[in-house]
Amino acid sequence: MSKTIVELKNVYKKYDDGFTALKNISFKLQEGEFYTLLGPSGCGKTTILQSIAGFTEVTSGQVLFDGKKINDIPANKRQLNTVFQDYALFPNMNVFDNVAFGLVVHNTKKEEIQTRVHDALKMVQLEQYANREIGELSGGQQQRIAIARAIVNRPKVLLLDEPLSALDAKLRKDMQYELRELQQDLGITFLFVTHDQEEALAMSDQIFVMNKGEILQKGSPVDIYDEPINHFVADFIGESNIIQGKMVEDYQVAFLGHQFECSDAGMRPNEPVEVVIRPEDLVITTPEKGKLQVKVDTQLFRGDYYEILAYDKAGNEWLIHSTNASTDDAIVGLTFSPDDMHIMRYNETEAKFNHRLESYED
Amino acid sequence: MKKNFRGLFFTPYVLWLAMFVIAPVALIFYYSFFDIHHNFTLSNYQEFFTSGTYLTMTANSVLYAFLITLFAILISYPMALVISKLKHRDLWILLVILPTWINLLLKAYAFIGLLSHDGLVNQLFQFFGLPIQHMLFTDSSFILVAAYIQIPFMILPIYNSLTDISGSYIRASRDLGATKWQTLTKVIIPMTMPGIKSGIQIVFIPSLSLFMLSRLIGGNKVITLGTAVEEHFLTTMNWGMGSTIGVVLIISMVIVMLLTNTKRKRRRA
Ligand SMILES: Nc1ncnc2c1ncn2[C@@H]1O[C@H](COP(=O)(O)OP(=O)(O)OP(=O)(O)O)[C@@H](O)[C@H]1O
Ligand SMILES: [Mg+2]
Repeated sequence: MSKTIVELKNVYKKYDDGFTALKNISFKLQEGEFYTLLGPSGCGKTTILQSIAGFTEVTSGQVLFDGKKINDIPANKRQLNTVFQDYALFPNMNVFDNVAFGLVVHNTKKEEIQTRVHDALKMVQLEQYANREIGELSGGQQQRIAIARAIVNRPKVLLLDEPLSALDAKLRKDMQYELRELQQDLGITFLFVTHDQEEALAMSDQIFVMNKGEILQKGSPVDIYDEPINHFVADFIGESNIIQGKMVEDYQVAFLGHQFECSDAGMRPNEPVEVVIRPEDLVITTPEKGKLQVKVDTQLFRGDYYEILAYDKAGNEWLIHSTNASTDDAIVGLTFSPDDMHIMRYNETEAKFNHRLESYED
Repeated sequence: MKKNFRGLFFTPYVLWLAMFVIAPVALIFYYSFFDIHHNFTLSNYQEFFTSGTYLTMTANSVLYAFLITLFAILISYPMALVISKLKHRDLWILLVILPTWINLLLKAYAFIGLLSHDGLVNQLFQFFGLPIQHMLFTDSSFILVAAYIQIPFMILPIYNSLTDISGSYIRASRDLGATKWQTLTKVIIPMTMPGIKSGIQIVFIPSLSLFMLSRLIGGNKVITLGTAVEEHFLTTMNWGMGSTIGVVLIISMVIVMLLTNTKRKRRRA
C-alpha cells in the first residue's frame, strides 16, 4: 500500500463576501497516483488547488502534506508545484530562464541548473527550444514549458489547473496521453483539474466529482461511470437515460409499468429510486422482443456509432447508441440486461452508498 | 477615394505637428547658427564645447537631473507598489496625482514657506530641541523639491505597469519557491521595466532645465542648463547661444530615449 502524501480534513472555505466555496472537503492523495477533480465551472476546483498550493487560506479544517499540517506554511515553502490555467510563463524571460527559475531562487549551482533544465525540457520533448522567447511558442509548447518549469524542482505532487483547456481538440487528445505518460515516468502524484468528463475518465486513477463546493463521489473512472451515486453524477459523467422508478424488493425494480430484474439491493421495499441505463447498453430489437417499446425520433451518425433519440409512450426521452441505423418514426423494442441498470437512491451519502454496495457485491 | 479621405483625416494632425513641434525645433536649430549680431556662425557650438562654464553647467545639470530622477524612482516605486495593493487604489493614485493640478510657482512658494528660516520644518526642529537648519537655497533642498514635483509623473507609469501584471505570475513565482523579495526583484521589477523607463523619459529631460525651481529653491546657487537658457533669451538677449543650449537639450533627450528604448538583449552562455 502506497503512502498518503496530501490529505484534506474537513476543509471549509468561506470568502470575505460570505460565499462558501468549499464545504467539508476531505480526501487523501496517495503517492504516485493520478487524481482528477471534476466538476462544473465555479464548483470550487481551483479553490481546492489553491488551498493545497498555499494561495488561499482555508477557513477551517486541515491541509496535510506528508503527514504534517501545512495550513500556515507559505506557498514558497510547500514542496509541490502548480501548472497554471493560463501557464503564467514569465514574458521577460526566455524558455531556459523560465524553467530555471525554480532552481535559481533556490541558489542551485550553475552546472546543475544546466543539466536539470535540460532534463526537464527533455521530459516535455522541447530540448531544442531553450533559447526561444515565450512569445515565439505555440499554445501547446507553452503548456509543455509550464509543465517543465513545474517539475524542475522535483516536487512530490504536481497540481494542474485545467492545463489543456486552451488547446484545440486534437492537441488536447495528444497531450492527455503525454501527461499520463509523464506522470507514470515521474512517478509523482498528479492532482489534475478539469470540467471535461471524457478527459477525467481517460486519464485518472481516481476521480473526485464535485458540485457546488462539495465532493459528491470519489472512485475509479469505471466505478464512477458504472455506479454513479446520484442524478448529478450520472448526468455529468457520460450520457445516460435516467428514469424514475420504484424498488419493489431487492433485485426487483419497477418503472414504466413493468417490473425488471436488476442487480442492486439494500433499499427499503417500494422505495422511490432513479434508474440509470447508459445509451450503449440499450440494444434495439423488434417491438415484440423488447422489454420496452419506443418510437424513433431522430438519428445522428457519430462516426463509430449512430446516436438515436426515441420516445416511449409516457413521453420519456431515450438515448441509444447503436452500430446500425434505425428507421425514423419506426416503433422498436429495447432490451437490456439486469447488469445494465444501475439504481440510485435519493439523497444517499457517499459513505452509506459505499457501505450498501459492499454489503451485496461479492 | 479612400486614400484621399484618410489624407483629409490626418491633415489637422500633420499641420498641428508641423506648427507646434517641427517648426519650433527647426527654429531652435536655425537660431543656434547665428551670433548676437545675426551673422551665420558655428561659434556658439565652439563656445559651448570649449568653455569650461558651459561644460560644468552641463555636467551639473545632468548630475542634478540624474539625482532627481533617482530619488523620484526610489520614492515612487515602493509607493506605487503599496498603492497597487490597496483596496481603493484608484482613489489613492488620484490623491498622488492631485498636486500636479496646482501651479508649479505656488508649490515652490509653499516649499519656501516650509523650508525657510522661520518655516514649519525649523519650528518642528525647535520644538524637538534640534538646531535650526538652513535648508532653503541648498542643493539638497533643490533636489528634494524637484523630486517631489516629479514624483506623480514617475508614479503613474509605474503604477500602471504594476496593475497590468496578472496575479498568476506572482503566484507562479511563489509556487516555484521564490521568497517575496525574490519575486519582487526577479519578476515584478523586470516586468514593470517599461513603466520605469517611461517614468525616466518623462522626468529626466524636464529635470535638466528646471530654471524656476533652481532660482526659487536653489537660490541661483544651482545653475543648470535651464537657467542658462532663460538668461540668454531674457537677459543677455543672446538667442543664438540660448538656442545652442536648447539643441544640446534636445539631443540629450533623444539620447535618453534611445537608451531607455533599447530592446532587451539576450545573454546566454
Ligand atoms: N476571491 C473570491 N471571493 C469570493 N468568491 C470567490 C472568490 N474566488 C472564487 N470565488 C467563488 O468561489 C467559487 C469557486 O471558485 P473556483 O475558482 O474554485 O471555481 P472552479 O471550480 O475552479 O471553476 P472554473 O472551472 O470556472 O475554473 C466560485 O463560485 C467563485 O465565484
Ligand atoms: Mg478554476
